[in-house]
Amino acid sequence: MATLPRTRPRNRRLVSRNTVAGWSFILPNFVGFAVLTLLPVAVLFYVAFTSWNVFGVAEWTGTANFRRMWGDASFWTALRNTVYYTVFHIPLTLAASLGLALLLNRKLRGVRFFRTVAFFPYITSIVAIAIVWNQLFSPEYGPINALLGAVGVDNAPGWTTSSTWSMPAVIIVGTWRYMGYYMLLFLAGLQTIPAQLYEAAETDGASPWQRFVHVTLPGLRHTTFFVTVLLTIESFKVFDLILVMTGGGPGQSTLVLSQYIYQKGFEENQFGYASAVSVVLFAICFTITVIQFMVNKRRNS
Amino acid sequence: MTATDLPLPAPAVAAPGNRSAPSRPVRSLGWRLVGYAALVLAAAGLLLPFYWMVVASLKTNSDVFTIPITWLPDPVVWRNYLDIWQRSDMTTWLGNTLLLSVVVTLLQVVTGSFAAYGFARVRFPGRNALFLAYVGTIAVPWQSYMIPQFILMSKLQLSNTLWSIVALQAFGAFGVFLMKQFYETIPEELSESARVDGLSEFGIYRRIMLPLSRPALASLALLTFVTTWNDYLGPLIYLRSPELRTIQLGLNTFISQYNAEYALIMTGSVLSVLPVAVIFLLGQRHFIEGIATTGLKG
Repeated sequence: MATLPRTRPRNRRLVSRNTVAGWSFILPNFVGFAVLTLLPVAVLFYVAFTSWNVFGVAEWTGTANFRRMWGDASFWTALRNTVYYTVFHIPLTLAASLGLALLLNRKLRGVRFFRTVAFFPYITSIVAIAIVWNQLFSPEYGPINALLGAVGVDNAPGWTTSSTWSMPAVIIVGTWRYMGYYMLLFLAGLQTIPAQLYEAAETDGASPWQRFVHVTLPGLRHTTFFVTVLLTIESFKVFDLILVMTGGGPGQSTLVLSQYIYQKGFEENQFGYASAVSVVLFAICFTITVIQFMVNKRRNS
Repeated sequence: MTATDLPLPAPAVAAPGNRSAPSRPVRSLGWRLVGYAALVLAAAGLLLPFYWMVVASLKTNSDVFTIPITWLPDPVVWRNYLDIWQRSDMTTWLGNTLLLSVVVTLLQVVTGSFAAYGFARVRFPGRNALFLAYVGTIAVPWQSYMIPQFILMSKLQLSNTLWSIVALQAFGAFGVFLMKQFYETIPEELSESARVDGLSEFGIYRRIMLPLSRPALASLALLTFVTTWNDYLGPLIYLRSPELRTIQLGLNTFISQYNAEYALIMTGSVLSVLPVAVIFLLGQRHFIEGIATTGLKG
């Protein structure tokens, strides 16, 4: 402040008055935000390089945690499973939510009711959802396998009791839960496409499919980008759904990164090692977001 | 999910009143029928789990899984809704959760809207950098810093108290982001002329911005309430004593205790979902507006 030219004392007074006013508005929230979010994020990078345990005894161990991770089979399993979930959850949810949005972006009777229905899974708690789906997926008596049997599937999958099918089961539930939310974002995006574009395409004799590819999809580019970023982060941090539905099992077939952090940190009290795994999760989410933003920027220019 | 989840940049959303909406009438009857068929199918798939939940909660335990499946409870067992209160600490769980949800919602709305005014309307050095710190948490999942956060909370003697959940949820960047988006749609001239009339910044916030932002405040309140009500991970990590359990935590311990009581488990699930469902149906418009204007989740 001292470097400001002395010829503008009124302006300077204004600046300092505004600074006081601005900070007094922000401070009540900022104190909580700084202590509970910013500080932990900063501390994370310190703890990851220590052997911090339950007694709070922290010894600087350099890269020991990361070297241990490199040879830790469970860590790699968790990472692989997280990627597995992500690779299927993102395209499935994108397609389902866009499809729903297109269906509901019409003047049909009852559209408002359907929008409510689609959004309902999103506001329902994970615990209740996981419990119901576990009953639905019940291999011998559950309605899903009964339905599969009725259409002629002979050896229906064992879902959450089978290490092959537990991840697909989790992916189905994840998609079911989140598609209504992303549908809402797509609906908002569809509202921004000018109706004239569709009219022009129609006059040119474009088929519905051509209108979708040449008008709708380009018009939704920003929304699609935004939804993909959200979906990516959401997929990589998947945790509570899996924790309640399968507990990571059977075996380690649905163990994901967040859960591995939880196990090492809160069940085995290895805060240092758990933080090192957290750094990896952090780095993945951060890198992917930055890449997505860069790709989007280039595509726009 | 926690409210610390994510502040995110808004997608381009049409200003209300923009009449470019391509909600075109569907012309031929055939297409209309196909559309309806697809909708009904989608709705059935979306609602089936809820249907199952309610129906199973009204069955006797041995009727939940039958071959072939019974889609209507026969006889209807209302007793489950009485038994659950005796067989579990439902009252404590619901009480804790209600208390937490109300306190968190109040704090989030007050501090969030307050801070948002500072970001939206007061110009001071460092403001944009500060806001970037808020928005920067976009790419940081809570799961990645829950360990250091837990260490800090323990040092503050907050773990295993209900305060830990309040602290965890009440200061999320989400509220700041949502309210800032909204304040920026209010014409600057309004506050400018109030300033000329000698109103302080706080006066402008209280007398002009707050009354105008009622719909946004409602969105924020509803989303925060539901997020806190549904949170499972926060209570799982921080609340160890049985008497502090929230409904999500309690329900999950109930399942592990009575894992063969299928009907009763569903009764508990229905009770845990019911308050949120009622709130959602009453304030649906605010939910949807809140999400559409920020593109954020709670």
